[in-house]
Amino acid sequence: MSVLAATCLIPFVGFLIILCLPRKSNAAFYTAFGASLVAFFVSLALIPPALANGALFTSVTNQIWLDNPALPIRFHMGVDGISLWLILLTTFLLPIAVWAARSMIKERLRTFLAFLLLFEFGVLCVFSALDLFMFYVFWEIALVPMYLMVGTFGGPKRGPTALKFFVYTMLGSVLMLASILYLHSVTGTFDYVEMMQGFTSGRLMLTGTQQTLLFLGFFAAFAIKTPIFPLHTWLPDTYTQAPMPATMLLAAVMSKMGVYGLLRFSITLFPNAAQDAAHWVAILAIIGILYAALLAFIQPNIKRLIAYSSLSHLSFIVLGIFTLTQQGADGAVFLMIAHGVSIAALFLLTGYMEQRRGSLEIADFGGLASPAPGLASAYMITLYASIGLPTLCNFIGEFLILQGAAIVNFAWAGWATGGVILSAVYMLWMYQRTFWRPKTEQVAKLPDLRLRDWVPVVPLILLMLWLGNYTQSFMPPISSATSRELQQNKASQEYRVQLKHPRTVHVAEVLRAH
Amino acid sequence: MLTNYLPPGADYLRFLPEIILTAFGLAIMMLEPFTPVRRKSSLGVLALVGIAAAFATDCWAYFYAGPAFHNMIVIDGYTTFFRALVLVVGFLCILPSFSYLSRENAQSGEYYALILFSLVGQCVLVGAINLIMVFIGLEISSIATYVLAGFLRTDRRNNESSLKYFLLGSFATAFLLYGIAWIYGLTGSTNLNVIRQVLERSSPHTGLLPGIAAALIFVGFAFKVSVAPFQVWAPDVYQGASAPIAAFMSSAPKAAAFAVFFRVFIDSFTPLNGSWMPLMWGCALATLIIGNIAALMQTNVKRLLGYSSVAHAGYVLIALTADSQIGTQAAMFYLGSYVLMNIGAFIVIGHVAAHNERFVLIKDLSGLSHRQPVTAALLAVFVFSLVGVPLTGGFFGKFYVFQAALDSHLVVLTVLGLITSAIAAFYYLKLLVAAYMHEPSPAVETLGPPATGVHVAMWAAALGTLFLGIFPAPLVAFISASASVIR
Repeated sequence: MSVLAATCLIPFVGFLIILCLPRKSNAAFYTAFGASLVAFFVSLALIPPALANGALFTSVTNQIWLDNPALPIRFHMGVDGISLWLILLTTFLLPIAVWAARSMIKERLRTFLAFLLLFEFGVLCVFSALDLFMFYVFWEIALVPMYLMVGTFGGPKRGPTALKFFVYTMLGSVLMLASILYLHSVTGTFDYVEMMQGFTSGRLMLTGTQQTLLFLGFFAAFAIKTPIFPLHTWLPDTYTQAPMPATMLLAAVMSKMGVYGLLRFSITLFPNAAQDAAHWVAILAIIGILYAALLAFIQPNIKRLIAYSSLSHLSFIVLGIFTLTQQGADGAVFLMIAHGVSIAALFLLTGYMEQRRGSLEIADFGGLASPAPGLASAYMITLYASIGLPTLCNFIGEFLILQGAAIVNFAWAGWATGGVILSAVYMLWMYQRTFWRPKTEQVAKLPDLRLRDWVPVVPLILLMLWLGNYTQSFMPPISSATSRELQQNKASQEYRVQLKHPRTVHVAEVLRAH
Repeated sequence: MLTNYLPPGADYLRFLPEIILTAFGLAIMMLEPFTPVRRKSSLGVLALVGIAAAFATDCWAYFYAGPAFHNMIVIDGYTTFFRALVLVVGFLCILPSFSYLSRENAQSGEYYALILFSLVGQCVLVGAINLIMVFIGLEISSIATYVLAGFLRTDRRNNESSLKYFLLGSFATAFLLYGIAWIYGLTGSTNLNVIRQVLERSSPHTGLLPGIAAALIFVGFAFKVSVAPFQVWAPDVYQGASAPIAAFMSSAPKAAAFAVFFRVFIDSFTPLNGSWMPLMWGCALATLIIGNIAALMQTNVKRLLGYSSVAHAGYVLIALTADSQIGTQAAMFYLGSYVLMNIGAFIVIGHVAAHNERFVLIKDLSGLSHRQPVTAALLAVFVFSLVGVPLTGGFFGKFYVFQAALDSHLVVLTVLGLITSAIAAFYYLKLLVAAYMHEPSPAVETLGPPATGVHVAMWAAALGTLFLGIFPAPLVAFISASASVIR
């Protein structure tokens, strides 16, 4: 069994064990924490081969799932420079979420932890799937535990919110399913690697209309999941109603499924359509950046404010991908990771505030810095990371994205920069109002972070610093994988491999290696 | 010599499941007067033994495939699959009936005998290659089912259900019989193979008449499988009948009718497919839209499941519209997974409903996960399968159906069908919203633990659903070998 398959399976085994445990016992927590921690350490073994050559798919598992000539379905998974860090981000955040759930989820912790592990299993398989059928299967599987987490453990309006979340995302997914099925009708395979070989060698062709329709089908799913303006209307309610560990994962991990899909599938499978659409998608992304930032301004609730800020940053990632430049794509992947870390930390710390105050209305806070200096400083660092202060994580990603945007169209970069400035303003304003105003009586008595609260916060802050200062330990595999994606995008646009041209030979070699 | 006119031995082997079921049914009827009331449930056990024996002989007969009784029925992979399917349905529906009948004080041997007789009809139906046998099978199956629908004589809802089913059912059967008569008049035969040959020979200049005959037969079948615009009865009847019977009626007769629907239309009426394809296309879409949209407004779980069963008939009809071998395979797989998840959902609501089916509203499921987490989890499996979430049989069935449709270039139908399936998520998930996200209702507070039969049936249906979703390979291998028999 490859390391990747083991990483994916460990959470699932943990899930099955938790299901068999008695209802009221601490064993569920230890199982979940142990399983997610083991998955993290196992997933570390994915790094060396991916660092050696990020453009290749390594740790490949390729098993037959359904051996039928009409429906050839394979269990095909592998990891390259793009999925590597997303997988590690997931395995890194899960123990943190489990730890946070222990103090934040009051009732039926066992069920919640079981859902968390099932979610991890689904997401890891999504990030590593190289077969479109398998990709779709786990794409939906990841949704189910999240739906149940929001619906069962969420705030007062949890039922309708969870329902809206599920149906909304499912509506997008079925259009992707239709596209996958159509793609199979045309190409005779569900295997992504095989499809790409077919497209680059010119054996398979998609007409312009086919590409456009298929692109839109996939885009519907990815755009709703990310979400991209104007398909974001499920997001604020869902993020606000979800219990805090689930919100953390929604923002940090689940939203990345959408942008990952855009980068992995949309621009390589439908290169012409992606080129044509790039302009429009970039404009939607810029609208999303500014619109979400403006809405974040007027939110009276901290959680909702962060939800909108997350939407704004996700639109940045989308913009980076659809610049279709090396810098933009690198920045997008880097920001996926950086945003994952910083938004998880933000929601985690906000969760601690909710625990202490019992509310997240900005008006209920004020002067929190003096009773809880530890919380205030941790929040400050995370906040700076989120608004893109240099030496912290988000900066590199946003900078590269803006650079990529400027190469394509300087006006895009200009508008998008507005989003960076706005984010600094609304975040700092929120910080002032909650931590600095003269303190009220209720706030004065609130306790600071305890040791067990610091445990998940410290690794997150360290990682933010690492990402911001030693970018080079993360970037090389990302760059080699994104450059392969972009080359495939360009090479498949011409539908042929020009064997004399050294760069395209490289693509062919890479593909033949599987 | 008399022996010249008797069928050879292999014919009896091929027909053995039906013979066994009839024998057990008659035995139960005979033993019924001599069985004291408190021991009536042992007759149910006898019925289970009969079904198990029929299942075993069905598998055995598969290795002696061939026609029987002068080309009246044929045993092939397709027949074997559907016979096995209806027998599984019968088994799963009898299991929860023990406690159900005891709860309603209606324990009786006739109930089990009627289920066996109904199964006989369905077994005949799926093997029939002669329209006369189709008619006989359909009638045997239907008449037993009419009685079962009204089995609780003192219950007004049962009476309404039975009467409605009977009146509309006979009306539809009349259409079918009229169609058979027309076909016989046009082709001089009731044998499906002969009909196709005659139609093929005259196909360049087929007139209006074969089309009308096919349309009449279509009406008959469309009623039985509850396809729009002949679906009106289904929600009423399923709502009125008692839960295990509703589970049975929405599964076994439907699957059997679809089996013969495919045999007749894909096998015999192939020469006419240009004229019936657009009709199917429209009916499939109408069924999906009516079933899924009407279900959105339901508050009664049984009625909701009734509309859902209409919608699922629409998905199978898409597979029929595809008119291809992969379409037939898809329909077989779909029906296989549909019966499991549908029966499972009906069993759960039958369990929650309590005496006299007082609690059948969605809100009565509230808080089920607090009091009976296992039941709620199994309900979740059925609901997610009905929605079509991956790793359940329901998803793989849908996937298969839509792949078949796209291979036949039914792009618009696929996209619209998939969108309705996303809309369907809305009403199915309302069941889970109630069960998982609300505080316990009075119905759930007073609910006793599920009886053994209910437990076993729920687990079996849930494990089957998951198995088909995670390991579809064995079943797919079997059905792709056997779907080639027709066409």
